[in-house]
Amino acid sequence: MDFGQIFNLTAGELIGVFTAAYALCALGLAMHFGFTGLLNFGQAGFAALGAYGYAFAALKLGWNMWGSFGFGMVCAAVFALILGLPTLRLRADYLAIVTIAAAQALYFFFGTEKYAAFTGGSNGLSEFGGDFYGYNPFPVGRYDLGIITLSEKEIWIRVVSWGLVAFVAVLLVILTRSPWGRTLKGIREDEDAVRSLGKNVFVYKMQSLVLGGVIGSLGGMVFVLSSQTNQASTWVSNFTFMTWTVLLLGGAATILGPIVGSAVFFMFLMFTQAFLEGLVNIGALPFLSIAQVGQIRYLLVGLFLMLLVIFRPQGFFGNKKELQFNG
Amino acid sequence: MANIEQIAKGAIEPGCAKVDPILVASGVTRQFGGLKAVDVAHLEIPRGKITALIGPNGAGKTTLFNLLTGFDKPNTGTWNFAGKDLAGVAPHKVARMGMVRTFQLTKALSLLTVIDNMRLGAQDNPGEKFFAAFVRPLWANKEREITERADALLTRFKLDAKRDDYAAGLSGGQRKLLEMARALMSKPELVMLDEPMAGVNPALTQSLLEHIKGLKENGTTVLFVEHDMHMVRHISDWVVVMAEGKIVAEGPPADVMKNPAVIDAYLGAHANSDLGDVEIATKEGN
Amino acid sequence: MFLPKHTLGRGLAFVFATLAIAASALTISAPASAAGHPVAKSQSAPVVLAGDSSDPSTWEYSIGGALKLNGKPVKGVTIIATNGKFSAKSVSDVGGKWLIAVPEAAIYKVSIDKATLPSGMAVANPEMEADLTAFSFAPVLFKFAGQTVQTVSFGDQLVGRLFSGLNFGLLLAIASIGISLIFGTTGLSNFAHGEMVTLGALMMWLLHASMGWPVILAGLVAVLVTGAFGWVQDAALWRPLRKRRMGLNQMMIVSIGFSIVVRYVYLLLFDGDTKDIAGGGNIIKFGPVSTTDLTLWGMLISVVALGGVALFLTRTRIGKATRAVSDNAALASATGIDVERIIRIVWVTAAALTGLAGVLYGLELQANWLTGFDILLLLFASVTLGGLGTALGATVGALIIGMVVEVSSLFIPNELRYAAALVILIVILIWRPQGVLGKKQRLG
Repeated sequence: MDFGQIFNLTAGELIGVFTAAYALCALGLAMHFGFTGLLNFGQAGFAALGAYGYAFAALKLGWNMWGSFGFGMVCAAVFALILGLPTLRLRADYLAIVTIAAAQALYFFFGTEKYAAFTGGSNGLSEFGGDFYGYNPFPVGRYDLGIITLSEKEIWIRVVSWGLVAFVAVLLVILTRSPWGRTLKGIREDEDAVRSLGKNVFVYKMQSLVLGGVIGSLGGMVFVLSSQTNQASTWVSNFTFMTWTVLLLGGAATILGPIVGSAVFFMFLMFTQAFLEGLVNIGALPFLSIAQVGQIRYLLVGLFLMLLVIFRPQGFFGNKKELQFNG
Repeated sequence: MANIEQIAKGAIEPGCAKVDPILVASGVTRQFGGLKAVDVAHLEIPRGKITALIGPNGAGKTTLFNLLTGFDKPNTGTWNFAGKDLAGVAPHKVARMGMVRTFQLTKALSLLTVIDNMRLGAQDNPGEKFFAAFVRPLWANKEREITERADALLTRFKLDAKRDDYAAGLSGGQRKLLEMARALMSKPELVMLDEPMAGVNPALTQSLLEHIKGLKENGTTVLFVEHDMHMVRHISDWVVVMAEGKIVAEGPPADVMKNPAVIDAYLGAHANSDLGDVEIATKEGN
Repeated sequence: MFLPKHTLGRGLAFVFATLAIAASALTISAPASAAGHPVAKSQSAPVVLAGDSSDPSTWEYSIGGALKLNGKPVKGVTIIATNGKFSAKSVSDVGGKWLIAVPEAAIYKVSIDKATLPSGMAVANPEMEADLTAFSFAPVLFKFAGQTVQTVSFGDQLVGRLFSGLNFGLLLAIASIGISLIFGTTGLSNFAHGEMVTLGALMMWLLHASMGWPVILAGLVAVLVTGAFGWVQDAALWRPLRKRRMGLNQMMIVSIGFSIVVRYVYLLLFDGDTKDIAGGGNIIKFGPVSTTDLTLWGMLISVVALGGVALFLTRTRIGKATRAVSDNAALASATGIDVERIIRIVWVTAAALTGLAGVLYGLELQANWLTGFDILLLLFASVTLGGLGTALGATVGALIIGMVVEVSSLFIPNELRYAAALVILIVILIWRPQGVLGKKQRLG
């Protein structure tokens, strides 16, 4: 078994685009759940709207990168408004059911052939990143980073996606430390108390839902821009569940948590994949096939999520006192 | 004790008019299934006084609180606060108008620090607006002013030592104090306290009473729900008695305690007991 | 610490291939599988369900065909190809065409997911073989029987759809009563509930289709096994968590993790292919309704099971105690009801009922490792629609959802049926948040 290779593969995930994309989606969820107490189980829907919004604007409307980014974000914001208006006045679990149902409905709509003219149907949309990669300042070539070697496009998408992660993180630090963020935390603790103090709880929850959803849409855009392909099958509820795992891993009421959680999560996935494949290849696991290694990985993810919530609900960085799950 | 003539206008009877009412409710009813939890024909709360709302468990006191503050919607009724119609007004707007409540089960925001709890009580902090939150200079001054006021209140309520602790770490009585102090951050005209003494350590009782009297001295009107007759007798200027959703009696504390309707409502079969003992009986019933 | 390039040798290419996440489609597969199922770029975009995690666009072998009924293309039908360790699916496009790329030369089982067929259509040969050992492409033709949509009047179509909806609704009802009972007594929104449906269906396949047990015996054992699974789950997982006084939202997330674990255990044990259990049954027609004897038996059993639950809840001491616990657990406990015992009974009953739903679903349609997960949201929709925590509500909600799913496919593409149900759920929640039968007080 080549441990050097396993190590390099695993370390490469530290700066992976998917790591950044999940970190963004989990930062959005941190806004929703960690700082406001909103149970959003439809983050896949927000990310999908970002991805399809960008691809649609770029391909079908011919908009440039900025316009496409904006369009994706607006789609997610509108989705948040539509979901929030009826449900944010109700008990928390209604939002959970409505968001997961709406995200799943979106997944069906994006995948059907009926609207293939807009969404590409089951083929999805591809080659929409021309303008995005047109801004690439890195000259064509291969770049050796020590552990991995990347093309100029791979470097560019990494710079942009991690730049976005940093930008969003700073934004959230500013917001959560402001009186606005204090009000949200109050709502997380007890809505009625905050209401009795003269705050319009509904408006705050809506702002949080929109902001977290828009951040999630950025994750979706980054996710599909790396390969310039976007297909409905990416945006299944498993995407949401993985994002929750990432969030809880790092700590829901923290900002560094989702970022580190995402890195650890993807390194874990890559490491188990490479390590188990290595074991299978040298014949150490005769009862497993290579194909089954991928399945075991996900089994471990599920187990991980369970153990995490049971034994360390505050994640790596969370303050045990600050995050208890209400209800 | 305040002079009775200064409070009631005309004869003292359930639903009587007040010389200077701050809160006036008429025909307020609330039904749960077949049960009329609240059925208040008329009620006026005098301005600048301490009014106690008493009654046996299930009399509808807390439900009336919820209705008046917008946390629940009545089936019928109108009510106004300082001349402003409040029917159908959302709870946060009621609070902004200067009518702030506390809750029977304390709602200290456990995972916020004590000082953050206090800051949250203040109104009109521009930093609580989404876009302004990004620009610290827009709200830094207001925040400083709020913090100063919060610190002063914390000192007054002897919570200053706990300033930076999570509210979760406070004792039951301290939480009651925090909730009251937090309500004062908005400089309300009327404070509605739902069982401020429930679960409070006897050592803290006296200071709580002093704080409530202090509110009146600062010109704030107080309306509170309480089971503790000692408290009712010693600090209230006026007592309103509810039973089965209706106002059955009102008047100065000493008179109300002797009112047969009150004794009846409270004690039923135990009409011979002294009302002072009721304190224990109702506390056990909680 | 970092190895020089040359020591990596051939592995370097592999490093690039699987790690570098860039324009090359090659790299989508590994990380994208974190999000869901990796997808290849090809005409009909097959979805790899299990197996090879390399890039499908590099695979040289493919299986394909066109679904046509009386010369007209049939779209939106899912085809699954599997050879035990690898499986992938594809959905027929507007031209009825489908194509599945596969990684290696082998003999593949190719089957149609009957749940995705338009109503009134039956497949003569739902399972076929594709031999790719000699050629790189194998055509597979499915033969359909059934009326063409054009020859049936709208009224008759509607009647047929309503009948299918009733059947589907009854299936959903017995599974969602399970969710509802568990939610009512413990407050848990159980995201791992679908896995009990799957267990019932897979047990049915194992015992009946694979081991050849008689259908009734196999069904009984499958229901018992699922009931036992419920008991074990409660005893080993949920009861300890309740004892720790874990919050309900936290428990809900644990159930999500548990659902993932159980699903992948199924995948490891049963593979990813879709299993035909009873071959569809014999077609029976009355008026505009075309159904099978299996379906009619299934409906009868569902109705009997629902009636049994109703009698249990209203007439028996334990049933009444169950309702008391749902209403107010603390009060029930104070009146001498052993709440934990009731919850245990509820778990076993709910699991057995849900297993029954799985058995019937498997018999009438088909089964794979995702069967229950695919309908989980419909179950939640049923429970929410009817009013959280009431058994009658769940039944009514399930019937509505079943009807919406089936009738909606008269107006919208078949693959959007479930989406229609979810949209209806959202609309009804806006209009009546407490659900159709729920009490307003439950809103909190």
